[in-house]
Amino acid sequence: MTQTDRRVSTSTVDGVNQGVTTVETSEKVNGGGAPHAVAQGAAPEGAIAGGTLIPDVTTSDAALKRFLHGLPGVDQVGAEARAASLATRSIKRDAKLWALDTAISMIDLTTLEGADTPGKIAAMCAKARHPDPTDPSVPPVAAVCVYPDLVALAAKEVAGSPVVVASVATAFPSGRASLTVKLADARDAVEAGAQEIDMVIDRGAFLTGRYGQVYEEVRSVREATSSLVLKVILETAELATLDNVMRAAWLAMLGGADFVKTSTGKITPAATRPVALVLLAAVRDFARAGGRRVGVKVAGGIRTAKDAVSYLVLAKETAGEEWLTPATFRIGASTLLNDLLMQRVKQRTGVYAGHDYFTID
Amino acid sequence: MTQTTDTAASSTDLDTRESAFAYSPAPESRDVVHLDSEYGLFIGGEFRPAADDATFVTIDPATEDPLATVADAGPADIDDAVRAARDAFEHTWGRLPGRDRAKYLFRIARIIQERSRELAVLESLDNGKPIRESRDVDVPLAAAHFFYYAGWADKLEHAGFGPSPRPLGVAGQVIPWNFPLLMAAWKLAPALAAGNTCVLKPAETTPLSSLFLARICQEAGLPPGTVNIVTGAGATGAALVAHPGVDKVAFTGSTEVGKEIRQSVAGTRKRLTLELGGKAANVVFDDAPIDQAVEGIVNGIFFNQGHVCCAGSRLLVQESIAEALLERLRDRLTTLRLGDPLDKNTDIGAINSAVQLEKIRSLADTGSREGAERWSPPCRLPERGFWFPPTVFTGVSQSHRIAREEIFGPVLSVLTFRTPSEAVAKANNTPYGLSAGVWTEKGSRILWMAQQLQAGVVWANTYNRFDPASPFGGYQESGFGREGGRHGLEAYLDA
Repeated sequence: MTQTDRRVSTSTVDGVNQGVTTVETSEKVNGGGAPHAVAQGAAPEGAIAGGTLIPDVTTSDAALKRFLHGLPGVDQVGAEARAASLATRSIKRDAKLWALDTAISMIDLTTLEGADTPGKIAAMCAKARHPDPTDPSVPPVAAVCVYPDLVALAAKEVAGSPVVVASVATAFPSGRASLTVKLADARDAVEAGAQEIDMVIDRGAFLTGRYGQVYEEVRSVREATSSLVLKVILETAELATLDNVMRAAWLAMLGGADFVKTSTGKITPAATRPVALVLLAAVRDFARAGGRRVGVKVAGGIRTAKDAVSYLVLAKETAGEEWLTPATFRIGASTLLNDLLMQRVKQRTGVYAGHDYFTID
Repeated sequence: MTQTTDTAASSTDLDTRESAFAYSPAPESRDVVHLDSEYGLFIGGEFRPAADDATFVTIDPATEDPLATVADAGPADIDDAVRAARDAFEHTWGRLPGRDRAKYLFRIARIIQERSRELAVLESLDNGKPIRESRDVDVPLAAAHFFYYAGWADKLEHAGFGPSPRPLGVAGQVIPWNFPLLMAAWKLAPALAAGNTCVLKPAETTPLSSLFLARICQEAGLPPGTVNIVTGAGATGAALVAHPGVDKVAFTGSTEVGKEIRQSVAGTRKRLTLELGGKAANVVFDDAPIDQAVEGIVNGIFFNQGHVCCAGSRLLVQESIAEALLERLRDRLTTLRLGDPLDKNTDIGAINSAVQLEKIRSLADTGSREGAERWSPPCRLPERGFWFPPTVFTGVSQSHRIAREEIFGPVLSVLTFRTPSEAVAKANNTPYGLSAGVWTEKGSRILWMAQQLQAGVVWANTYNRFDPASPFGGYQESGFGREGGRHGLEAYLDA
């Protein structure tokens, strides 16, 4: 607790201050370090915490642009080097066991195929509840993630278990639809019983600098989903630069996201370590600036236990260990679960069991 | 060889808060490398004891346990080594065409790669540096240097030093303890590529990887006498440098010893290159990519426990972001892991020797006495061995000794500046001039700073990055001559 207090009280919103300063009074453009400016920008601490907008920053495209472009830059080479360095951490024994179980509990077990059927959803939900039918000590996954029309079915299948239903929405994966359609899509999922909504941002709007539109969309979906968990998919492969990833993450957080999520899984590359590093830095900075503790979801392309554990290392050493709970860290994956189970057995018994000892659903 | 988990505690997070995800020990096995109990001098292609049978003991600085007994070369041994090198220069190696020298160098590079795991463990044992660094930096770079200069061996007429540059003869090379294998590679590879023969003296606290390299030379079938390794302390180095049969002296180490060497070779025909100390400025502007700058600062001063001549030991940060940056830096430092050098998760290893530890302590205490504010993350140091916690001094000014003298340890002095010109003035206000770092998103400012900074290497938005193709060397009391790249050949040719 003291740690948190210290962070909040001393946070001069490193770098954020510049943006905020320029936003609230144009003649203070160079007054970057002035703490009172920070206080004003980030002041409605409750406001950020409640997930509503900071009026100063979000009043117009121009104001948002000044704020987002005033964030500290991200050096691609340096970020990649740091992510690669953390990937060399060697996680063994007790630490590995803890990480494997924790990773299982953080999975959003996902199927997002045109070919999804009730049978497929039922099988996946059974796996989500009992990942290893022979070992009740394996925790259930965090959620199952499906398309909106399959939410009701999935909800029935996981009823009575800790597993919740997440649904992609807002014209997933491209996000190319009107706001009306996107909101209808999200409401549909909510009404069908989804407890978590994974929305996509309009990457086209973002890349043309229409930050206000992206912000409004996140905010509108936030309102439409009331108290549910809102994950905002940035589709970082389409944003291309790490500077853009940082800005999009802040936009999503300002708009009320509970999670910032890397990707839809439909575009390559999906989750990457440098992108995860930047997102984790963004949520850490947002929390220090007096905002909420926003979560990070890495999704797509994480297929091995070793990969999953390395993302936990990234989270621990970037955002901090307090992020290592399913409430603030998720892994979106379909095939990862079996490798985690296999490594878990190996870790406990010292030998690998064959693939056929793990269920394919 | 047994694990020594009882003595050198496996690395722990410096953050002492309760942790659910505390990394379990992940030690690299000591058994991957075979250690002899005794090592001789490598002269004329063979190992032999010193003429007077003198020896010294090299220890593991993480535990203070002895590792091996090593021959202590005296003047008679130096005589023999220089004679063997002269013989090889006149009759075997010196007569080989460049394409054949290249074959040997490629072979050495390949063997270094093949035996990289052994070399990494050996280096971490003898030096105290984390296995992560010896495995990922020292050994791969050493191999890269041999590969790089192997490529030059038959192309010397295109190096820009005349139509048919000639080698100098016998090179006497004295290297430090901070990157024992890598420094040996920096010295040997260009010398051999140019056609010289070598007598190399590694530091007395870290002789083992050079002796391992001697075995690699044997394995590669290098003609006897081409490379000779003489182990010993300062007296051995002095005898080598002063030997009349040496045509070229190359030294990497302290400025103090560098000055003595320069006096010793003055008035002789010997060629000299010196790579000495540094007190590099790492300059962070208010528009820097802040998280990467923090990483660069950490990498700049805590890489290899700060035992780096080009370490970014003076952080010059623009006053407008100083507090914000330091806050992030302190948070980052609490995640550093200090402990057993062989643990794969260790970030900070042991200080190389008791002597060096004492020097660091004494200078750090001076910093406190002079009124700078001292901070270290909460830190449990192992009981045995030589350890010093990562330390940051704030409120440092140019007139403090910790802003002027090379500490050669994990100690960062933080100064502030207001304008780019002030940054340049402060950065250049040092008798040294080896390296500097610039952190800003503004490209034009990087170029301007690089022009203004009196330093042999200027890193932009990165720090402590090395490449065999890039020349390295200093200004002023950081020495002269360049190592690496095409420029590195000049020191070994009659250019």
